[in-house]
Amino acid sequence: MRAYQNKKNVQKKPYYTDRFWVAPQIPKEDVSSDEIFAKDLEALKENFDIKEAYIQRGQLVVYIGANENVEVITFLKNQLDYNFLNELSAIDWLEKSGEFEIFYQLLSTTKLKRIRIKFFIKQKEEIRTVSTIYKSADWGEREMYDMFGVIITGHHYMKRILMPEDWHDHPLKKSYPLHGDEEASWYEIDKIFGKDYRAVIGPENRDSSRVDENDTYNFARIHHEVPFGDKPSKEIVHTDYQEEGGVFLVKSLKKADSKILKERP
Amino acid sequence: MQKVNRLQPFFENLVFERDDDTMIINFGPQHPSSHGQLRLILELDGEKVTKATPDVGYLHRGMEKMAENMIYNEFLPTTDRMDYIAATSNNYGFAHAVEELIGLEVPRRAQTIRMMLLELNRIISHLFWLATHALDVGAMTIFLYAFREREYAMDLMEDYCGARLTHSSVRIGGVPLDLPENWITKLSKFIDKLPSDIADYEGLLDQNRIWKMRLEGVGVITPEMAQSWGCSGPSLRGSGIAWDIRKEEPYELYDEVDFDVPISTTCDSYGRYKLHMEEMRQSIKIIRQVIGMYYKTDPQIMAHAPNYISAPKEQIMTQNYSLMQHFVLVTQGMRPPVGEVYVPTESPKGELGFYINSQGGAYPYRLKLRAPSFWHTSILQELLPGHYLADVVTIIGNLNIVFGEIDR
Repeated sequence: MRAYQNKKNVQKKPYYTDRFWVAPQIPKEDVSSDEIFAKDLEALKENFDIKEAYIQRGQLVVYIGANENVEVITFLKNQLDYNFLNELSAIDWLEKSGEFEIFYQLLSTTKLKRIRIKFFIKQKEEIRTVSTIYKSADWGEREMYDMFGVIITGHHYMKRILMPEDWHDHPLKKSYPLHGDEEASWYEIDKIFGKDYRAVIGPENRDSSRVDENDTYNFARIHHEVPFGDKPSKEIVHTDYQEEGGVFLVKSLKKADSKILKERP
Repeated sequence: MQKVNRLQPFFENLVFERDDDTMIINFGPQHPSSHGQLRLILELDGEKVTKATPDVGYLHRGMEKMAENMIYNEFLPTTDRMDYIAATSNNYGFAHAVEELIGLEVPRRAQTIRMMLLELNRIISHLFWLATHALDVGAMTIFLYAFREREYAMDLMEDYCGARLTHSSVRIGGVPLDLPENWITKLSKFIDKLPSDIADYEGLLDQNRIWKMRLEGVGVITPEMAQSWGCSGPSLRGSGIAWDIRKEEPYELYDEVDFDVPISTTCDSYGRYKLHMEEMRQSIKIIRQVIGMYYKTDPQIMAHAPNYISAPKEQIMTQNYSLMQHFVLVTQGMRPPVGEVYVPTESPKGELGFYINSQGGAYPYRLKLRAPSFWHTSILQELLPGHYLADVVTIIGNLNIVFGEIDR
């Protein structure tokens, strides 16, 4: 029987973890410890269903419902003066709960505060775009779709951004291997020559230090040079690369005549 | 007509036969003025751009994926390859984020060294920006002058860390080395000379008719636009919003040094050019103050945190416990506490943020790189329409985008 492999998370794991190791936590402070955040949270709580809120390392983290993302962010922009959407992306929790965690990182330059809005969605759940509120979400959402396959509705140009349009799967998912899946390794071959050509090309060799001594396409062996692509030979060839009588305008370096500076002028 | 087959698919480089007399051209991905692998699909009406669609991803290396498969210290050299013009600012951004995650105090000497390196990198980046931007617009002299000065600054970086482009000159918890002998003297010499060089550039460009015609009123980013598109750094300050993370959310010792945040209210490319010049002067001012602070610090350069940071080499070689701890940290990696941070820093290009989600393991569970150029490139879709084709080059050069950090 084949050994069990966790296909939902193929990321690298530490080779050893102490049995009794308990990871410490970054403290989650109460929101009332910060005046501005407390006010903001109160305003949010009046209008929306807030699931959880705390301050971590000086930034407010608020969990909201997935269906309210557009309303909350509109409210934050118009009422609470968070004028920048700096970053948005997803975190893959598919292995643990079959969910993605989406976060929006906002900044208010007037209040000097940063806030993080978060919510969970199921794998195939769609979320509404916020690019109508902040234009910076335009590319942010495209990247999120590209990397995680999170589908966003209402976006004006919902296409992949970093990966090619016909790429298979979404590379930042934990189930996607670091070196790419099978489709990735045959991507160019399949596209240019068709799938049948895979057998002709053969599997890719990823050993970067591999040198084939019969390969005269990629390697030349000193004193055994042959024309490009010819069969390798054992015969010793001495090639003089310097043209006789020198080259027009090119002077050969005489070390005695040159001046060496100790430091830059 | 192109002959289309499997090996040579049809590339839409030029399409003339359109109903409305407009033309579509591909600007890039291999274009010397696109500052990397930027493909811009431009719809032109005559020479006027009516629609622009930037297409990025040609340099995508999956750094976020790599980060999830590396221990924290392993990932640091990879950050060099983001904004390779000013690599130290990326190293610092990452190291600072991890320090925030584990709540680490960095020794004061390391902080002063970091600040010197960061500001030196800002100067390098701005000089590079000026050189390539001016070259794009047609001022080749500036290119040679600015590269000369950049070379001196890179020599300083080389003296410190041995590398010229991919520095890795910052470590999580401090810096790897104290400053070499005479380094401060060389640095002082460099920053003493630089103001006169900046004056030279300005003498060549400020009143230059061609430079002004190419830059004034081109690429106007209104404050509303800048906020909505998430601009940061010079692009934001160029729109009249005085927002500098060094000033507003100070890290390291930026709250102890005296410097100004220059802004430009013209919102155009020329204003951003003046801004970059002024920022270099401010960097010089910061470096001058930090040099004074450096001499008053204790020689410790790495934080003392046995759970996360290896002991100094001398101790590793002499003390058994330090050696064991070093072995564990190198082979297994540090395990920061469970939690998440988003740590922004002011890189030469803008807000460089690292979002790290740690689940208490040796590998970050999720690491998101917020690179300023990515967001500055997305603004091109709104900024370019209405401009002439020649201005496209000006705007791309002026926004200071680097593809290492757009595609990551």
